[in-house]
Amino acid sequence: MHLALFLIFAALCVGAAINLLVQKHPINSALSLIVVMGSLALLYLLLGAEFVAAVQVIVYAGAIMVLFVFVIMLLNAGEEEVLPHSSRVAISLGIPSLVVGLTIGVWVIGHYAGLDRIAIGGPQVQHGTESFGAPNPVAHLLFRDFVLPFEVTSILVLIAILGAVVLARREE
Amino acid sequence: MVPLSYYLVLSAVLFACGVAGFLIKRNIITIFMAIELMLNAVNLAFVAFAAEWRALSGHVFVFFVMVVAAAEAAVGLAIIISVFRTRETLNVDRINLLKL
Amino acid sequence: MSLHLWIIPLLPLAGAAINGLLGKRFPKTVVNLFALGSTAAAFVYALWVATQFVGLPADQIPHIERYATWVTGGTFSAEYGTYLDQLSLVMLLIVTGVGFLIHVYSVGYMEHEGGYYRYFAYLNLFMFFMLTLVLANNYLLMFVGWEGVGLASYLLIGFWFLKESAANAGKKAFITNRVGDFGFLIALFLLIKHFGTLQYDAVFKALAAYPVEASAGLLTAIGLLMMVGASGKSAQIPLYVWLPDAMEGPTPVSALIHAATMVTAGVYMVARSSAVFDRSPIALATVAIIGTLTAIFAASIGILQTDIKKVLAYSTISQLGYMFMGCGVAAYGAGIFHLMTHAFFKALLFLSAGAIIHGLGGEQDMRHMGGLRKYMPYTFWCMSVATFTIAGFPPLAAFFSKDEILWRTWTSGNQALWLIGLITGAMTSFYMFRLWFLTFFGDYRGPHPETAGHAHGADGPHAGHTAALHDAHAAHSSDHGQGVPHESPRIMVVPLMILAVLSVVGGWVGIPPALGGSNHFDHFLEPVFLRYSPAPAKAPAGAEAHPKETGTELAFMAISVAAAAIGFLGAWFLYYKRTDLPAKLARRAGGLYTFVLDKYKVDEFYNAVFIQPIVMIATNILWKGIDVTVIDGAVDESAVGAQDVSDGVRQMQSGNIRSYAGWVALGAAAVIGFMVWTAVR
Repeated sequence: MHLALFLIFAALCVGAAINLLVQKHPINSALSLIVVMGSLALLYLLLGAEFVAAVQVIVYAGAIMVLFVFVIMLLNAGEEEVLPHSSRVAISLGIPSLVVGLTIGVWVIGHYAGLDRIAIGGPQVQHGTESFGAPNPVAHLLFRDFVLPFEVTSILVLIAILGAVVLARREE
Repeated sequence: MVPLSYYLVLSAVLFACGVAGFLIKRNIITIFMAIELMLNAVNLAFVAFAAEWRALSGHVFVFFVMVVAAAEAAVGLAIIISVFRTRETLNVDRINLLKL
Repeated sequence: MSLHLWIIPLLPLAGAAINGLLGKRFPKTVVNLFALGSTAAAFVYALWVATQFVGLPADQIPHIERYATWVTGGTFSAEYGTYLDQLSLVMLLIVTGVGFLIHVYSVGYMEHEGGYYRYFAYLNLFMFFMLTLVLANNYLLMFVGWEGVGLASYLLIGFWFLKESAANAGKKAFITNRVGDFGFLIALFLLIKHFGTLQYDAVFKALAAYPVEASAGLLTAIGLLMMVGASGKSAQIPLYVWLPDAMEGPTPVSALIHAATMVTAGVYMVARSSAVFDRSPIALATVAIIGTLTAIFAASIGILQTDIKKVLAYSTISQLGYMFMGCGVAAYGAGIFHLMTHAFFKALLFLSAGAIIHGLGGEQDMRHMGGLRKYMPYTFWCMSVATFTIAGFPPLAAFFSKDEILWRTWTSGNQALWLIGLITGAMTSFYMFRLWFLTFFGDYRGPHPETAGHAHGADGPHAGHTAALHDAHAAHSSDHGQGVPHESPRIMVVPLMILAVLSVVGGWVGIPPALGGSNHFDHFLEPVFLRYSPAPAKAPAGAEAHPKETGTELAFMAISVAAAAIGFLGAWFLYYKRTDLPAKLARRAGGLYTFVLDKYKVDEFYNAVFIQPIVMIATNILWKGIDVTVIDGAVDESAVGAQDVSDGVRQMQSGNIRSYAGWVALGAAAVIGFMVWTAVR
């Protein structure tokens, strides 16, 4: 059953990602991205990362993407113009690198070190009174071993807030 | 039981879509969203490995990635807003004052 | 006990330094004080040394003094030191004595020239180097002096450097000398390689172990290479071409350097190296042949020259040939004897010529002279003494020295060389008396006395001088009357008279036994050449002649005098009696006349064969090929290359955001690929 769920939501992910590429209006792309994030949250649940799934939905889909949508509407970004030519460098260098990289990646992943023999998910996840990815164990790790990065990222967020306010302010 | 490699392949495909969008799209905001897509793909890989090795530090790292992505999105969009105010366009090819 | 010989060269060096560095601000009297004072002091000291020398016991001769080590490299070392034996004593006295007289003369000659202090600084510098050459106790220090006199010669020939012909002549002298020096250097290298030292005493003692070489060997090579050096410095075939051009310099310079002292350095060197030459008959024969051929060759050119200094220049080359002929038959004493008498009469000839030129306001062409004995009586009498001397009339000096050489050439078995030497003697007499008649007899052929004021000839610097100096000379002419040929001031005439006396009596130290004397000179020098000569000391054992040979010797003397007389009569006939004849003969000889007049076109030959190819190689290969194309090209191309590279790299920064995106993706793919590859490995 895990496999079926995985396949459905993986297909949803990829479909929405490709839709993001294909759409012309940015608002459509934003909505596709929200779909991607939702699917990913479900996949995280399949992997036993409950806390991360919740955070994904709350922060990523719920805050960041909302911010994106606000900005799109604020700027009244219209449909993408069709310019007579696109960047030759980008197309000629980037797409081949992409394809090559992807091929290598898939090949490595698929045929190497027996990664495909390791299956995750399933009964192991339910073992123990404490679930694997519940907030409690994560919190233990976060506030003990990783407390310094935690504090630093808090300050980073603070600075980002200040920066965003300053940058987006209308000139008086 | 889902093999690990499936998750990793999915992550790679999503990452590739993100890169493709980053290169192809002309609207700044769309390019930004492609970057977010790439970040998400990476998060998936982290969580997958965390599940395989039962190491919760993967989750913690994903947490930090999300925090930083949020901060970056905020600041980046603020920059886009101010660029829009001066250049009146969201087309990346038009923002070329550094061109020789 | 040390004689402190180092003082002798250093006195003129001090004079040169003071005059050279500070002389610009000195008045002329102060310059004279330092220049003449240092030379006179050197001469007086040399006389004192001579008195000490004659008191030395025989085992202390040569008297060697070592002052300090100069160079050490591995097992080789050279030092500062002096070597005093009879040979260097003779040279020392000649150099300082004649040098001093010429300094005195120069005070009068250069009175109105610019660069007065510079002239005397160079002259003193020359004295320093020449004395170093003569007194050195090893070949390396001698080479320093050797090169130094070349330098001084260059500086003095090109004294009027603003005149292009003078500057070129200086260059020619130096470069031709250099060619000879190259041979000399290789000889020194051979000496170092095989003897490990260049000290005279060490080398000569080591030579005692070497036998006489019947065929070409090491000592032959050394001897021949030394002869190359000597032919450069002493103007023998084939490196004599610089000496006639050197007449561009002031006449006292020609007298001192190119007659009395520097050009004799080659003869001195050959005599000093007698131990080497005695052991190599081939080298010795080469010396004799070169000397003889040069003698007759130069004499033949001198017959037709019209510039008075050029005649004397070719005469010098010819007389140097005699000296080498003497050395070449192992009669080193005879060669040095002729060197000494030649110093006296040739310096006298040049100084008289200078007095004539000075008195005529710069005229050097004999075709514009004539009848000058009325105007310059003292100069006339002094020059006449010199002319009769060089022709070889007894009892004047050169008769004894030249005859000694010819006699020893005959007795050593080289009859052909003797004959050539005899013919050259006749030619010498002819051209010298030609000069004498053309200059002093007949009618004055110069410009009309009243307008003869500013006849500036080739000797003058006026071609390149500024107006101020020209005025100075004009003032000089004006207070001598309107350019009438006039006698020179006393300060110039007195040295002439002293040299005339020496030309008369100078030969009397070498009167051969055949005439009743005992040849003091040769006996005096004998120990020098016997000390290191090979065991069977056959020929060079003095001029002891069997009574039977005395008759032959007297007969030969008579033949030489007859040859001199024939030359005199020829000159008298052509240039006094029938003065129209020379022109007719010249016309009849036609091409041959022009060929000899053009000095057998040797200069043109050298130019075509050596100089033009070198110039062409230097221009095309070295300059255009290597300097411009390779060196400049490398530098320029690397700059252009850097520019091109940066031009290419610049394309990355296009200002286009999406191209940046492409580059980022490419870089990321590369990094990921690299990481995967290292992991997969």
